[in-house]
Amino acid sequence: MTLAPPRSTGLEVDFAGLRLAHPVLNGSGTWDAIAAIRTFGAAAREELPFAAFVSKTITLAPRGGNPPPRLWETPAGLINSIGLPNKGLEGFLAHDLPELAGLPVPLIVSVAGFSLEEFGTLVEAVAARPEVAALELNVSCPNVKSGCVIGSEREEMAALMRCVRGLTSKPLIVKLTPNVSDVAPVAVAAEEGGADALSLINTLRATAISPRSGEPWLGAGQGGLSGPAVRAVALALTAQVAARTRLPIVGMGGIQTGRDALDFIQAGASCVAVGTESFRDPGAAARVRRELGQELHARGAGSPPQATSLARERLHRA
Amino acid sequence: MSVELEPGLSAPEQGPRTLAPFGRRLCRVVANERIGPYDLVAVEDESGPAPLAGQFYMLAAARAWGGDGGRPHLGRAFSVCRARDGRLEFLLEAIGPGTERLGHMAPGDDAWLVGPLGIGFRDPAPGGRALLVGGGIGVAPLVIWADALQARGMPALTLLGFRSAPYAEAARLFEGETAVATDDGSTGRQGLVTDLLEERLAPGDEVFACGPPPMLEAVRRICAARAVPGQLALEAGMACGFGACFGCVVRTRHGYRRLCVDGPVVAAADLEEGWE
Repeated sequence: MTLAPPRSTGLEVDFAGLRLAHPVLNGSGTWDAIAAIRTFGAAAREELPFAAFVSKTITLAPRGGNPPPRLWETPAGLINSIGLPNKGLEGFLAHDLPELAGLPVPLIVSVAGFSLEEFGTLVEAVAARPEVAALELNVSCPNVKSGCVIGSEREEMAALMRCVRGLTSKPLIVKLTPNVSDVAPVAVAAEEGGADALSLINTLRATAISPRSGEPWLGAGQGGLSGPAVRAVALALTAQVAARTRLPIVGMGGIQTGRDALDFIQAGASCVAVGTESFRDPGAAARVRRELGQELHARGAGSPPQATSLARERLHRA
Repeated sequence: MSVELEPGLSAPEQGPRTLAPFGRRLCRVVANERIGPYDLVAVEDESGPAPLAGQFYMLAAARAWGGDGGRPHLGRAFSVCRARDGRLEFLLEAIGPGTERLGHMAPGDDAWLVGPLGIGFRDPAPGGRALLVGGGIGVAPLVIWADALQARGMPALTLLGFRSAPYAEAARLFEGETAVATDDGSTGRQGLVTDLLEERLAPGDEVFACGPPPMLEAVRRICAARAVPGQLALEAGMACGFGACFGCVVRTRHGYRRLCVDGPVVAAADLEEGWE
């Protein structure tokens, strides 16, 4: 891992043991750093707009992903049904990890298992690599049939943490799904099981009907909604989890501006992630970071950690 | 050419590419010319690099993008139709909220642009003839390709298919000789552009095609039957254009490939029946 030379942004954040230059990350699966370098050249590496890079989710076996069509645009949003295409653990370690290790920021690798044993294998193998700063446990992808189970049940979450917590001392970030009746018990189970941080939200389960056939448009029948359409929901869930746990949170869901990012911080998040907005503008995260600095200053909200801390105190008092 | 990868993953670079500046940039619309039912929108992009034929851009109007009803939200992908002296031209057909909004842009308006993206057409083998086969709005990338081949003195023949005479006005974008077929026979030959292809295809030719999927499948079959190489510029719904969303995949012999980074130009031999 090559870290950028220290240069104060005034936005530094300590997050789950990682020292980050600012609080803006990417949502897993919304940025392929290798494809971006093929498209934009070295600038996509040197000017990477994220303070840490979160990989696309890795599974144990290679996956081709869902049959197309995989996308549907909604009012102010996007339904995707991608199906976790990836090279599998071995392919990732051999081909992608060496390239991702060349990024100038800490690397967070997202993993998803279809059983506790698979999660264990993935966590152990990925965490053993010195290039990896932290892991994100994807327990919430609504696109893959059995992938949503762990993140929707408190007991499953507790069992997962029992399985993986002892395998590494590296930070474990649990990515929560919004597709539950109450997200808080799952978040608490993650905290009690030794998670270092939480990230939310993953996409909201969604579908679209083909105007021509009247059948589901997406090849896999349904997918997950992201973009500004989900922002208010994401904000509410972030505040709810922030009130019920002490864990640091990466808040995400439709963030387009610094103002949106500050909203998430004032709902208790320590970091934010940009996802769908990067599709519209590859440089969106850099703009969000700039605007966040301006917003914090204009509102006298202090540094990001100060703003988060104030928000968490308020939420815990309420 | 050996490609051995798991499905859905990046193949080794399959064609030429001009890198895009990182991020999106605001460009001034300088012309919008009506060509039959199409709009030929020109933007000034003096700071951007010259694209290769077959590459594309993500476009969005700077204002009133995502107005009534919250759509369009994402940018829209368009092959570049012509690129000269820092000016890019895109051929648009209004088929939804994005293309309608872009088609209504007027000189003086601003557009967001990301690109050039994807890989372009590879040169035909030395001494061979390029057969350009376009259908409808799919003629767009063949205009810049015909210009590039002509500028380098490479022999080319252009075959175009349209629904009817108004659509066939787009044939005038080509400077060289073209043969035109229309579905209703209102101009040119009545029939399909692939009928023209069957007749004109000769040994040593290489086919470059863009058009609706059934047309491209017919072109693929003809290329396979006549053992002629073909390069097809494909289209798919895209959210990002730079490999981030994994949404624009097409099924190839090597598994799913993202058209935005491993295309949009794909070797006909890499596709199998049923790809479309």
